[in-house]
Amino acid sequence: MTGAIDPALLIASLMVAATPLVLAAIGELVVEKAGVLNLGVEGMMIVGAICGFAIAVESGSPLAGFVAAAAGGAVLSLLFGVLTQVLLSNQVATGLALTLFGLGISSLMGQSYVGIKPPGTPRLDLGPLSDLPFLGTALFSHDWVVYFSIALTAAVWWFLNRSRAGLTLRAVGENHDAAHALGIKVIAVRLMAIAFGGACAGLGGAYLSLVRVPQWTEGMTAGAGWIALAIVVFGAWRAGRVLLGAYLFGGVTVLQLNLQAAGSALPVEYLSMSPYLITIAVLVVMSARRGRARLGAPASLGRVFHAAS
Amino acid sequence: MSDGGDLLTLDGLTKAYPGVVANDDVSFAIAPGRIHALLGENGAGKSTLVKTVYGLVKPDTGTMRLAGADYTPASPQAARAAGVAMVFQHFSLFDALDVAENVALGMEDPPPRRQLARRIREVSRDYGLPLDPGRIVGDLSAGERQRVEIVRCLLQNPQLLIMDEPTSVLTPQEVEILFRTLRQLAAEGTAILYISHKLEEIRALCDSATILRLGKVVATCTPAEKSARELAELMVGTTLATPARAAGGRGETLLTLDALSQPALGPFGTPLREISLEVGAGEIVGIGGVAGNGQDELLMALSGETRVRRDAIRLRGAAVGHLGPVARRRLGLLTAPEERLGHAAAPDMSLTENAVLSAHVRQRLARRGFVDWRRAKDYAEHVIAAFDVRTPGPGHAARSLSGGNLQKFVIGREVMQKPDLLVVNQPTWGVDASAAAAIRQALLDLAAGGAGVIAISQDLDELMEISDRFAALNEGRLSPPRAAQGLTVEEIGLMLGGAHDMEVAHAH
Repeated sequence: MTGAIDPALLIASLMVAATPLVLAAIGELVVEKAGVLNLGVEGMMIVGAICGFAIAVESGSPLAGFVAAAAGGAVLSLLFGVLTQVLLSNQVATGLALTLFGLGISSLMGQSYVGIKPPGTPRLDLGPLSDLPFLGTALFSHDWVVYFSIALTAAVWWFLNRSRAGLTLRAVGENHDAAHALGIKVIAVRLMAIAFGGACAGLGGAYLSLVRVPQWTEGMTAGAGWIALAIVVFGAWRAGRVLLGAYLFGGVTVLQLNLQAAGSALPVEYLSMSPYLITIAVLVVMSARRGRARLGAPASLGRVFHAAS
Repeated sequence: MSDGGDLLTLDGLTKAYPGVVANDDVSFAIAPGRIHALLGENGAGKSTLVKTVYGLVKPDTGTMRLAGADYTPASPQAARAAGVAMVFQHFSLFDALDVAENVALGMEDPPPRRQLARRIREVSRDYGLPLDPGRIVGDLSAGERQRVEIVRCLLQNPQLLIMDEPTSVLTPQEVEILFRTLRQLAAEGTAILYISHKLEEIRALCDSATILRLGKVVATCTPAEKSARELAELMVGTTLATPARAAGGRGETLLTLDALSQPALGPFGTPLREISLEVGAGEIVGIGGVAGNGQDELLMALSGETRVRRDAIRLRGAAVGHLGPVARRRLGLLTAPEERLGHAAAPDMSLTENAVLSAHVRQRLARRGFVDWRRAKDYAEHVIAAFDVRTPGPGHAARSLSGGNLQKFVIGREVMQKPDLLVVNQPTWGVDASAAAAIRQALLDLAAGGAGVIAISQDLDELMEISDRFAALNEGRLSPPRAAQGLTVEEIGLMLGGAHDMEVAHAH
């Protein structure tokens, strides 16, 4: 039944499918490490998708599109940042509102872009590596964004665990009152983290509209932002595991598509449900297994910081 | 120097918040190598004053001079750069980070990790405060956590070290070691500003003292020349009544804990290990211990918030371990937890509503599922009157009350239900002296009326004052209880688990 699936192509499409999740999840990881729960990832992704698509089409340059997507996501996330950090609104409600707002404004912005093909993002020529049998097809024949997302994960790991600024950021997420008492500017750190998260989500969205699909349709993120949020929990707030989680979820998505194409006996609806069902199952298992998993969770996550005195 | 050799001079500092003047024209000076006490009740303005010195609060008027130069720190960083370091009352530590990371966060320009770890080891050895830089702070004892804070300060070679209530969570042995460290620092020329309300400690340690009351300096003295009682009366401004206790024997056994065990709740929780205890009618059993040794877990097991083995808890012989809080209340086992806002009381609900939450069963404030608001309001007013709770009325939110007044209300709410057995955790934490005396008196009266009381507290003076028997919690284990009368500080310290291997370090 699955004989029609070529493993090398499967891995290749897995990496492509996982890349938007990697980008969005690694951004959200930094946001949550700073103690902020931004549930608006889906909204920021789709705004990034349309910003990137529109600019890429207008300028003819996919790179300009990705830059615009990052900027769009960051701007939208800063709206969330100002509301929650400066005006002290509730993070959960504001995050949900951000998703709805993002879905709405993106379909408004995208009205004249439906049905257009964006400029293509070329594959990176890795010379002899791309010509390797199997590995060449599976790993070394992708566009630059795929490699960028992996490099970004490594950079975020280094930042969080090795740099002074990353230590400050973790301290803010761990105990914002103590951080304030030490003279760390809690709100400034969090706003920067939120903007970074927004930019990453925007990039993830643009990857969907410019490379993976590639075209613009309303609501095209189809829950990818929610899966990214789940991946952060799944990865226990660690960069490496977040990457692993994103590839796992990407794999499930690709596999179900391939099974559909291969004419699986299971009804299509069940197959398309599977990534989301697995998301829920993983979250349940993770939260049931207390102790160690919780160690990674920033202690001030989602709590409102109000500087006394 | 024009300042007569003083390191820090405060002159006419005033800081007003809406509705309250926290500091009113405060002036004093500290010389290098001296340990200066800042004494006062909660709300006397001590915290605001030290936050001003540490750059967290800007004074409205007044000036500070440090080492002969004008000193106006805009931030804690600026204060640290000027040589002022502070050890906080509520530790400003990060549980999930390790010791070295916590120390690095408090430094302006931390050296690379390996070098920092070596310096932490050196400094902690020199001052008799052993620390492993690689350990996660969430796993450390309260005394060890304080060492992290102190070492963090010492690494910056401060001219002035501010200690805010440093001994409230330490065992007597740990206090002794801390004092040795502070004296060593003072001998090396560091000035220390020591904030506390523990008068005996101040008399033993400090060279001079400034006493604050309602934001004003009311006296400056040499603490060794005053008695603890004189100092207390300067702080409070009135004479203090010592709680009166009626002599009474222990009656029938009310509560029996039989090898009560419970796994830890959460990654930094403490498991309860085989706790056995009997509480009789008319007696107060004091349970001491350093914070984080299972106090919260014990209270939750007794209240019914966590269920335990059926016969691990027996009330008058009946097994109640499997029952929830409401069923236990019905049987006469009442509890008052430590955290006032959010655990003992719902902050945004009115006092009447808060009264209903815990008293509806025993005071029949609800019938057939409907709240009888008139009875509820009467009951709340009854508690307010009997416990002298200062509030405009029972319709006000719990959050609007001061700590002492809310504590009087939540303790009063349980006491007025005439419990057979009452468990209180930290009954007078953060409460001013007169309210604390009233609460202790209420517990003594309750016991005199034939109820059993378990008082869990970190304040050993309090426990010695009210308890008939004393037991210590250490890493979730309860020591066998001993008669409180005649227990010495050393014996209590040993019961509390000694000083976590610190003696060895100072012996060198």
